[in-house]
Amino acid sequence: MSDWLLHPENWVFLVVGVAVAFSALRVVTSRNVVHAALYLVATLAGTAVLFLLLSAEFVAWVLVLVYIGAVIVLFLFGIMITRAPIGYDATLDNDRRGIAAVVSGALFLLMSWVSIDFFGSTALEDIGVPTSTELLGESILGRFVLPFEIVSFVLLAALIGGITVARKDATPLEAEERV
Amino acid sequence: MTLVPILILAALLFSLGVYGLLARRNAVLVLLAIELMLNAVNINLIAFEAMIRDSLATGQVFAIFIITVAAAEVGIGLAIVLLIFRNRATANVDEFNLMKW
Repeated sequence: MSDWLLHPENWVFLVVGVAVAFSALRVVTSRNVVHAALYLVATLAGTAVLFLLLSAEFVAWVLVLVYIGAVIVLFLFGIMITRAPIGYDATLDNDRRGIAAVVSGALFLLMSWVSIDFFGSTALEDIGVPTSTELLGESILGRFVLPFEIVSFVLLAALIGGITVARKDATPLEAEERV
Repeated sequence: MTLVPILILAALLFSLGVYGLLARRNAVLVLLAIELMLNAVNINLIAFEAMIRDSLATGQVFAIFIITVAAAEVGIGLAIVLLIFRNRATANVDEFNLMKW
């Protein structure tokens, strides 16, 4: 343990990890919908720092741009459009919180135990050398070009489907007027 | 730097996501919990990529794919929530019984 604390990157990980864990806890326990969404921003920002620490620079900035830039704005729009009570609201949780806590606690203990059992002494080498974006680009548009195209298609189909589902249908009277 | 603390942090995030999924009533908050779980998976992918260091950076490529799919999921999920809110005037998942037989 004292050996673990000798490396400076472990201190950074400790601070970031505690911040991420705390804000993730607040995401699922906050009594205010907008606060929950803003705590998710903190969680994602901490995750981006963690990715920088693990030398995945490009993924960290993609996370910042796509999630913090776009997805959270979408969430805040969704919260405001559905007129969720902005402010304190005691009815955000259902009655089966206890069972949910037991299930997720057991899941956490199981996953931690398996991780420690399998990777107890694995060390990460050459931390701090960023992966070059060139390598990622050649990988995505070379070996993984087919999954890339499929994911692009899925995103396009989902966005068109979202517009189709969410747009307001004209009433029969309005449809008649339009013709 | 060792692998296990990162894996435990990811396991914690995933478990908190499962808790939020089971315990929340508001549909938007359920979607937020799903985002937490996807984020935990991304942390695992990046951590194992840092361990293996293959020549294709497979872990990072799949993390980017997961981010894309999560964005699509949020878009379609919020569209469905919006539609149900318009028809039912509620966003609580325990009051959706449209598919109950």
